Amino acid sequence: MATKTSTATDAATPGMPQLDFSTFGNQIFWLVVTLVVIYLILSRVALPRIAAVLAERSGTISNDVAAAEDLKAKAIAAEEAYNQALTDARAEAAKIVAMTKADMKAELDAAIAKADAEISQKAAESEKVINDIRASALESVEEVAKSTALALVSALGGKEDTDAVDVAVSTEIKG
Amino acid sequence: MEGDIVQMGAYIGAGLACTGMGGAAVGVGHVVGNFLSGALRNPSAAAGQTATMFIGIAFAEALGIFSFLVALLLMFAV
Amino acid sequence: MASEVQSEGGGLVFQPMDQFVVKPLFGDGSIQWYTVTNVTLWMALAVVAIVVILVLGTARRAMVPSRSQSIGELAYGFIYKMVEDVAGKDAVGYFPYIMTLFMFIVCANFLGLIPMSFTTTSHIAVTAVMAMAVFLSVTLLGFVKNGMSFLSLFWISSAPLALRPILALIEVISYFVRPVSHSIRLAGNMMAGHAVIKVFAAFAGVAVIAPLSVLAITAIYALEILVSFIQAYVFAILTCVYLKDALHPHH
Repeated sequence: MATKTSTATDAATPGMPQLDFSTFGNQIFWLVVTLVVIYLILSRVALPRIAAVLAERSGTISNDVAAAEDLKAKAIAAEEAYNQALTDARAEAAKIVAMTKADMKAELDAAIAKADAEISQKAAESEKVINDIRASALESVEEVAKSTALALVSALGGKEDTDAVDVAVSTEIKG
Repeated sequence: MEGDIVQMGAYIGAGLACTGMGGAAVGVGHVVGNFLSGALRNPSAAAGQTATMFIGIAFAEALGIFSFLVALLLMFAV
Repeated sequence: MASEVQSEGGGLVFQPMDQFVVKPLFGDGSIQWYTVTNVTLWMALAVVAIVVILVLGTARRAMVPSRSQSIGELAYGFIYKMVEDVAGKDAVGYFPYIMTLFMFIVCANFLGLIPMSFTTTSHIAVTAVMAMAVFLSVTLLGFVKNGMSFLSLFWISSAPLALRPILALIEVISYFVRPVSHSIRLAGNMMAGHAVIKVFAAFAGVAVIAPLSVLAITAIYALEILVSFIQAYVFAILTCVYLKDALHPHH
């Protein structure tokens, strides 16, 4: 259609340049050249380089991740060691406290025992003194009673019979 | 208005051929719509099927391009 | 045709296909197979772009990548993962070929989006050569790797026996249509987008609808950026699918 209506100048090209077979050889030739050049550039230079960069990066990343794991494990170990030390220190402190307590108790017990002994000794001594005083007091009571009895007897006009009075007073006091 | 009957037929044919592109539009919309409704039901499987969707779009669209090509041929090459 | 529309429509000049014309860069002579044309220029610029992205960008081999280096690494990882996922682990040996195709297509597509540029991938001749190269090498590879058992690709053993000849016929047809659809998809997408932009640009000649036209060009341009990448991706992923069929023909 185009060839029918167009003028002589563009008679060589039909309406659709895509169907102008006279340019096909030219396009195919340059396309093949282009594709070969691109293929050579990609397969020789670009793709190996990018592959190397990507591999290197993934290697670095996995190394870093491994290092991070290492550090994490170390941190956990350090924490465990710290906790262990803390527990040890607590146990030690408890032991010291118990020991001190036992020592103090022993000392206290000794002191108490000593005090008890002293107290019982003192008590015994005091008892003896009391007993002595009681005995002397009883004797005194007997003498006083005898002399009082003698005096009473004499005052009543009786004979001063000392022996009889003694016996009677002793019997009375004991009875 | 001195044109001939062949030219008129070519123009009418070109216009009719362009209706085929509507079919391609319906087809592409159908492909993408169904992909989307499937993807919303199971989003985890959607990522792996995007390539399949593009292949489907390409096949549906190619037929519309064919009708466009027929129109162009009628306009410029007949 | 252009002159016709011009004469009928007044100020509007529709020349959507002019941008695809192959012209010699120097002089006005006829185009021989060795002539340096705009095809040569824009393909060379694609090579330069690839060198800048993948070679100069990664030249420092930094452990923490710079922006340009991460673009190269992203492209590498993207295609490598695609080959591995779609075509299988034993296909990574063919990764440089697929990377070559993908990088060329994606760079040519994006360079074609520069205003006044020439889109090499919009030409059937270019995409057909790439698609035929993929088709022939994949077919040869299938026969070399699997011998005659490669033909079991067409004989679906899981289907009922009565259906198998019909399915085989369909499979054979679809197998031979592969290079056609593979090449026309890319060229058609590129051509369509650029032609539509040119049509809208022609409408901008009328002052009243010029703002609308500029808006439409902007929208189509954004779509074209998306399409440029997706078509390169689709070309590469279909290559991977065909490669998988060649390496593992049993369904």
